[in-house]
Amino acid sequence: MELTLWTYEGPPHVGAIRIAASMRDVHLVLHAPQGDTYADLLFTMIEREGRRPPVTWTTFQARDLGGSTAEMVIQTLQGACDRYQPQVLLVAESCTGELIQDQPGALAKGAGLSAPVIPIEMAAYTRKENWGASETFYQLVRGLLAARAPKPGEERSARPADQPASVNLIGPTKLGFRCRDDVTEIRRLLESMGVRVNVVAPLDATPHDLLRIPDADANVNLAPEVGDLTCDWLKRQFKQPIISTVPLGWGATRDFIAEVIETLALDIDPESVGESRLPWYSRSVDSTYLTGKRVFIFADGTHALAAARMARDEMGFEVVGLGTYSRERARDVRALATEYGLEALITDDYLAVERAVTELQPELVLGTQMERHIAKRLGLPCAVISTPAHVQDYPARYSPQMGFEGSNVIFDTWVHPLIMGLEEHLLTMFRDDFEFNDGAVPSHLGGEGGGAQQPDNVTPMIPAEPGAVAWAVSAEKELRKIPFFVRGKARRNTEHFALEQGLSVIDVETLYEAKAHYSR
Amino acid sequence: MSQVIARADADALPDITTERGERAVFCGLTSIIWLHRRIQDAFFLVVGSRTCAHLLQSAAGVMIFAEPRFATAILGERDLAGMADCHEELDRVVSELLARRPDIRRLFLVGSCPSEVIKLDLANAAARLQGVHENRLRISAFSGSGIETTFTQGEDQCLASMVPDLPVLSEGSQRLMVVGTLADIVEEQFRRHFAQLGITEVDFFPAARADDLPPVGPGTRVLLAQPYLSDTVTALTKRGAKLVSAPYPLGVEGTLGWFEAAASEWGHHAEAVQEALAIPVARAQKSLARVRESLEGRSVHFLPDSQLEIPLARFLRDECGMSLTEVATPYLDQTLMADELRRLGSGVSLVEGSDLDSALARVREHRPDLTVCGMGIANPLEAEGFRTKWSIELIFTPIQGFDQVADLAGLFARPLVRERQLEVGSWS
Repeated sequence: MELTLWTYEGPPHVGAIRIAASMRDVHLVLHAPQGDTYADLLFTMIEREGRRPPVTWTTFQARDLGGSTAEMVIQTLQGACDRYQPQVLLVAESCTGELIQDQPGALAKGAGLSAPVIPIEMAAYTRKENWGASETFYQLVRGLLAARAPKPGEERSARPADQPASVNLIGPTKLGFRCRDDVTEIRRLLESMGVRVNVVAPLDATPHDLLRIPDADANVNLAPEVGDLTCDWLKRQFKQPIISTVPLGWGATRDFIAEVIETLALDIDPESVGESRLPWYSRSVDSTYLTGKRVFIFADGTHALAAARMARDEMGFEVVGLGTYSRERARDVRALATEYGLEALITDDYLAVERAVTELQPELVLGTQMERHIAKRLGLPCAVISTPAHVQDYPARYSPQMGFEGSNVIFDTWVHPLIMGLEEHLLTMFRDDFEFNDGAVPSHLGGEGGGAQQPDNVTPMIPAEPGAVAWAVSAEKELRKIPFFVRGKARRNTEHFALEQGLSVIDVETLYEAKAHYSR
Repeated sequence: MSQVIARADADALPDITTERGERAVFCGLTSIIWLHRRIQDAFFLVVGSRTCAHLLQSAAGVMIFAEPRFATAILGERDLAGMADCHEELDRVVSELLARRPDIRRLFLVGSCPSEVIKLDLANAAARLQGVHENRLRISAFSGSGIETTFTQGEDQCLASMVPDLPVLSEGSQRLMVVGTLADIVEEQFRRHFAQLGITEVDFFPAARADDLPPVGPGTRVLLAQPYLSDTVTALTKRGAKLVSAPYPLGVEGTLGWFEAAASEWGHHAEAVQEALAIPVARAQKSLARVRESLEGRSVHFLPDSQLEIPLARFLRDECGMSLTEVATPYLDQTLMADELRRLGSGVSLVEGSDLDSALARVREHRPDLTVCGMGIANPLEAEGFRTKWSIELIFTPIQGFDQVADLAGLFARPLVRERQLEVGSWS
């Protein structure tokens, strides 16, 4: 039993719904109790989908448990087939469905349905949403393609010289982070290199499209959380190489281009492909104030890894915390954290993340919807870089994260919540200015982002550590002269310093000693 | 899957059809979203699965991220396989929770579909934990599971679980108990109106503080502020309380009828109530008249969701001039709806239960001007060219009482006004 306030991922059957909802002509029947249909609103409200996810639910109640729920499953399966006539019918259970052991997959196989059936085992009590999405997509692809795999030893036929090189984009889904725009951006980038996009899946694909996957020269693993398993299987069965660099960030996009050229043996100059404004924006003098800003990063594995690289190498920030809720990616994130001199935070416990942010007092938080709320509580600037995300992170405008345009978008997104260079200095100089002070919101933010709440006034959810040092009144007064957006950090640093020095009371001198001690 | 059931007194009541099939409704856990804001020192611990936790945060959205007073104890494979003792695990989780939240005065252990299916006895667990934390707080259990409860029924189960803790009302006294969560502002208005009627012995249940438990006994008159409280009424009746048959305080007529029903228990005639409340009634009618223009002559269709459908339909037809294409409700409690059904009268198509695809087919057939439905269905209907109102908003908004009548009508008018105002391409 695990105490959970918020969860980064839904249950695995929500992952299955994401696959069905991403595709066309696929229908999912879920054996689940009344109430589990809430999942529809993730798609129709958060992502503003204009159609219901293609899911039919048995929605059993207590009174049905006395009778035959298996009969109910068969009726639901037949009803869904008749009404929706899918090319493929997926069958799965939610957590409660799993407990009553009706085995709807087996029932569907024996029901003589008009559509081919692919049952998915969800393991609701050990797995989560991304695993469910990955497993469902894998079972679907395998179910459709296993019979078509070349025999062992059979060589993949070479692409005819007059055909352009082609790839599949594997992994983008509904409720992924900016998947719609990332697909557009990467398709554009590949086409500018003379590479044809053969199939994008699962997003907007039909089962018939999946049958064409083997036609491409390689698979781009665009969303590893969903696509890893399938890309590996396609590599083993169809000898399709995997292009595994995720083009998130300027440097990663360049690496991606290089990997595409190498994998497909293209004869083009990588320097001639696309351009980004990020390098100039980052080098221009206005960005000097970004140098060494302390950022905390917590996201799914893919976005956490990409953000860390961008933050350090492309924005000039200092990464002070790095973590992920994707246990499947823990090894990669740990390795990168070590390279950055950090210990990775691998957890799906929202409170552990909140403790880390409170402790580190970063100047910018890059995270999910959860970290947005942590940052709001602590009065810290924040940008959302990953799922889980809320309705405002599914914007109307074109807003990719991947490719060169994606790196432009990310530059803007991360800089926006920060206090601009000269404003920061003026706040420091004239802190008692009546309309430009702790309580006043940075002029460009209008109530969002940092500064609106004073960290000092926020009651942290975690009580202060026992045995904390005391502040002399004079030092407390001096502390208040430090601008609010760095005051939390100054307080922490000074207290750490005092503890290290074995001091029980902090006076003004201690404050400045600590400042000197920690100055960069 | 539907059949028309003939009723003995069919000429006076709506035509009732029952339907079975797919139900697009929330489970009772959803009630926690407003209950934890109402009872400000209560904590709701759901014993369930990741699905339960995910439902709560998805349905609740941003609103409660700031200070959640609910959590989920997620059952893992070890718990299900019997490798861990669920009760020991629960004790551990509760201790962890109480250490972190010393301000909590009442803890609810909330059952879910998985905990019900594995027959985890939470009432027993609550009693045992009460022994451990005797002087610290009250602990009780209720079920919010989807297999047993629909959406607002979670509040019913929660309140029913508190009834055994209510103190005894001293013999010979008569008190009014208003039951069902109301917005603070509505509660204050209602207290003022009751005072104007000379009724000062009024309690509201649940109260803002978990320890403010109203007394109950044969002198208690129960007046329901919400229509979904069947089990709570049964529990209160068992303790001697008497249910006052009344309409629900929605709209001018509903609210007035509600006060009249309560006042008659204190021996006041309807005329006296009308006289005492003449000023708020007139004010409500005046403010409603402006909104009514947008609604008059339009048709409205209710899909089953919150249990508020019947009183709302009555209000929209009788006071806003709308026509009703269909009124569907998840379940029908004829006792609690007796007054409302009489007011609704015959000639209304009333559906109990749900078969989602057939229900949507009827929406397409009737083409109502406005469809009231759950959140998951609203945008797909909008995309098909139907204006919608999500019913959860009706639960989260102060809509009861005279001074909220125009706001209530406004919730239905807004989608129609918006349709006229927008010049961004066709909806349908």
